[in-house]
Amino acid sequence: MEYVIEMLNIRKEFGNFVANDNITLQLRKGEIHALLGENGAGKSTLMNVLFGLYQPEGGEIRVRGKKVDITDPNVANELGIGMVHQHFMLVENFTVTENIILGNEPTKNGSVNISSAAKKVAELSKQYGLNVDPNAKIEDISVGMQQRAEILKTLYRGAEILIFDEPTASLTPQEISELIGIMKKLIAEGKSIILITHKLQEIMDVSDRVTVIRKGKGIGTVETSETDPEQLASMMVGRQVTFKTEKGPADPKEEVLRIEGLTVEDSRGVPKVKNLNLNIRKGEIVGIAGIDGNGQSELIEAITGLRKSKSGKILINGKDITNRRPREITNSGIGHIPQDRHKHGLVLDFPIGHNIGLQTYYRPPYSKGGIINYTAIDKKAEEIIAQYDVRTQGPHEPARALSGGNQQKAIIGREVERDPDLLIAALPTRGLDVGAIEFIHRRLIEQRDSGKAVLLVSFELDEVMNVSDRIAVIYDGSIIDTVLPSETDEQELGLLMAGHSREAAVPQAEEGDNKHVE
Amino acid sequence: MSNRMINLLVPAIAVFLGLLVGAIVMLASGYDPVAGYIALWQGIFGDTYAIGETIRQITPYILAGLAVAFAFRTGLFNIGVEGQLIVGWFASVYVGAAFDLPKVIHLPLAILAGAAAGALWAFLPGLLKAKMKIHEVIVTIMMNYIALHVVNALIKTWSGGGDKTDRILESASLRSEFLSSLTDYSRLHYGILVALLMVVVMWFILEKTTTGFELKAVGFNENASEYAGMKIGKNIILSMVISGAFAGLAGAMEGLGTFGNMYTRGGFTGIGFDGIAVALLGANTPLGVIFGAVLFGSLKYGALNMPNAAQIPEEVVQIVIALVIFFVACGYAIRLFLTKISKKKEAK
Repeated sequence: MEYVIEMLNIRKEFGNFVANDNITLQLRKGEIHALLGENGAGKSTLMNVLFGLYQPEGGEIRVRGKKVDITDPNVANELGIGMVHQHFMLVENFTVTENIILGNEPTKNGSVNISSAAKKVAELSKQYGLNVDPNAKIEDISVGMQQRAEILKTLYRGAEILIFDEPTASLTPQEISELIGIMKKLIAEGKSIILITHKLQEIMDVSDRVTVIRKGKGIGTVETSETDPEQLASMMVGRQVTFKTEKGPADPKEEVLRIEGLTVEDSRGVPKVKNLNLNIRKGEIVGIAGIDGNGQSELIEAITGLRKSKSGKILINGKDITNRRPREITNSGIGHIPQDRHKHGLVLDFPIGHNIGLQTYYRPPYSKGGIINYTAIDKKAEEIIAQYDVRTQGPHEPARALSGGNQQKAIIGREVERDPDLLIAALPTRGLDVGAIEFIHRRLIEQRDSGKAVLLVSFELDEVMNVSDRIAVIYDGSIIDTVLPSETDEQELGLLMAGHSREAAVPQAEEGDNKHVE
Repeated sequence: MSNRMINLLVPAIAVFLGLLVGAIVMLASGYDPVAGYIALWQGIFGDTYAIGETIRQITPYILAGLAVAFAFRTGLFNIGVEGQLIVGWFASVYVGAAFDLPKVIHLPLAILAGAAAGALWAFLPGLLKAKMKIHEVIVTIMMNYIALHVVNALIKTWSGGGDKTDRILESASLRSEFLSSLTDYSRLHYGILVALLMVVVMWFILEKTTTGFELKAVGFNENASEYAGMKIGKNIILSMVISGAFAGLAGAMEGLGTFGNMYTRGGFTGIGFDGIAVALLGANTPLGVIFGAVLFGSLKYGALNMPNAAQIPEEVVQIVIALVIFFVACGYAIRLFLTKISKKKEAK
């Protein structure tokens, strides 16, 4: 069997920490090889070794059978290795072509020859079916297009082996299926691909083989056709993982949240939430299903006081909290796991202990008469770290140094420990691996079982279907229907999310199924 | 090499390299670097008088450094320390000269007037930033010019067309017979104690109070702070006001301690701008600011002796001083170099 890349017994240490413990990965020519592992398992480290950003302490790398020494990314480029980064390396106000030639500009009489480069970019784009306008500015094109510009950049530089680092993390479902098409096209043209991911379904859909690593160790390589998501998941986390979250029937009691005729505008004055009605009772999880951009963010920002609402009312336990200040609202019994944990959830430069104290620092025992008591804050943080399985060296470690899953666990610990009547979880599992997702779903259900209300917003249909007791479908700023998970399926939900009424979605709508929220 | 060793070595090597390159500059200009450095040393530590004057010079640098560092730690860039210092100087001299009160009331009142004037001068940029998102760098720079010329006009009006204010009354003076006699009748005054007290105050606010927690949080991440229920605008204004108060105190030290009055000025004092370098040299920590201020104050004052004692022209002296500070600011590069060497040694 011909291998284009062989990474044999790679070992990479950072001080006393072994990030890669003798990992072997062999890429065949013309295959899509998935590299699977939890956050922090060592995937990125291994790829950074291959790309020349890190020098390994042990092992060897062979490219097309020849032992090589990849001392920096330029060497990797020359060997035909290209990387499509998760966070794009693009200059926003440059065009696609300008970005592609950046650092390696073709010149003619001393000035940059854009037009010849643009022509070459256009040809490549056509050859691989990428459909990118070489003269479009990066800031004007969608995230999916920006990613294609990144792919073009590697192709332009002659890459034969492409590394995709979590390529679907920020894409819409349509863009994901287009990306899969592009990857297949690349293979058909003779390229080889390493796909870094922790999404099992993607691996099943697109890859030929999978190498699994766990806590820095290579667990093994399997043929995709001979495995299934359950086996991959247990290889990845080292134990059996349940995909279907276990939970008993809901026992809803009195109403906690009531929203009446809410209208919210975005920062440009465009109404994003339109005359929305919703209620949630104690002891139930209500899932908001919808396609990104249908008013979910604005709805949550209005409830939590981060955005003013134009009209309508929001009541918590009967108390009107419309347009109150965030602190008054949180103190009325709301906990909030924000959609963007880096923007709203954490002060990344603060220690994780300070972050856990972010909602309580101003009251005893954490402070008295304006004097803050960091000992008390850290003590509480240590409790939450232990209880919520936050993997960190301790409360003094900067929040930035924690993996996404552990950051999220710390936020959940902070919010749940305040014992709110309503817990709002916005995209709580975005970017997390199966182990962390399972943990977070269990916590949400625990909240429900202890008689609290939970509002879950998610773009993942699986998540909404699995965790919610009731699903409210949001479309164009309104709740257009409410369904029970047991009485619907992904097909119907998908149509509702696209704005079709249920009558259109299911022509023979059953009687007595009319559970509108109003 | 241990980390501690490196931490001690870095500033030492930096100062040495600065002096070395400074020596080359002096040689190239045809002056004797050995004589020059002896003059510098004598200027700083030569006798008790020099030491007293050096400490006096360090005082406003500490306060200006604290002003910049405090704003910086809370995410703001206060370039207006110079202007806040000037209004603080004037306000303290005005209160010191215009009222006749017992010393226990008069001196604190005059000091507070300086702090309040600086705070007020910084309040405006804070307010504009908080309410209208106008960048504080632009506003504070412009406020420096306004401060300079408004204060000049006030001095002229007050003195009936003259170029200096009345002298402050003895009851508002920071002058100290004791410190002065201890240092061979230098102008050393109690201001150094005020400056050191403010170092503790800055540390206390940032590290021990809920206010400091909020100020730092807002500086790092406004969105997360707002989500956590903090008032962003209030914290921005408060940060500027506290920073401006430190700057105003720096001016009060000049007015009530060193000079006892105020002259109309053709240009800036420079202390406020040097405060930026002092803060950065001190990594924006209260203790670091003392280190930065000592370096700045000593070099500035000691250098005055170089033209007299070694016949080196003022211009060359300024280049030499700038080089020393430049190399200290390059500490990061030196640290990198040292870490590399020690790693190579370990590998062998």
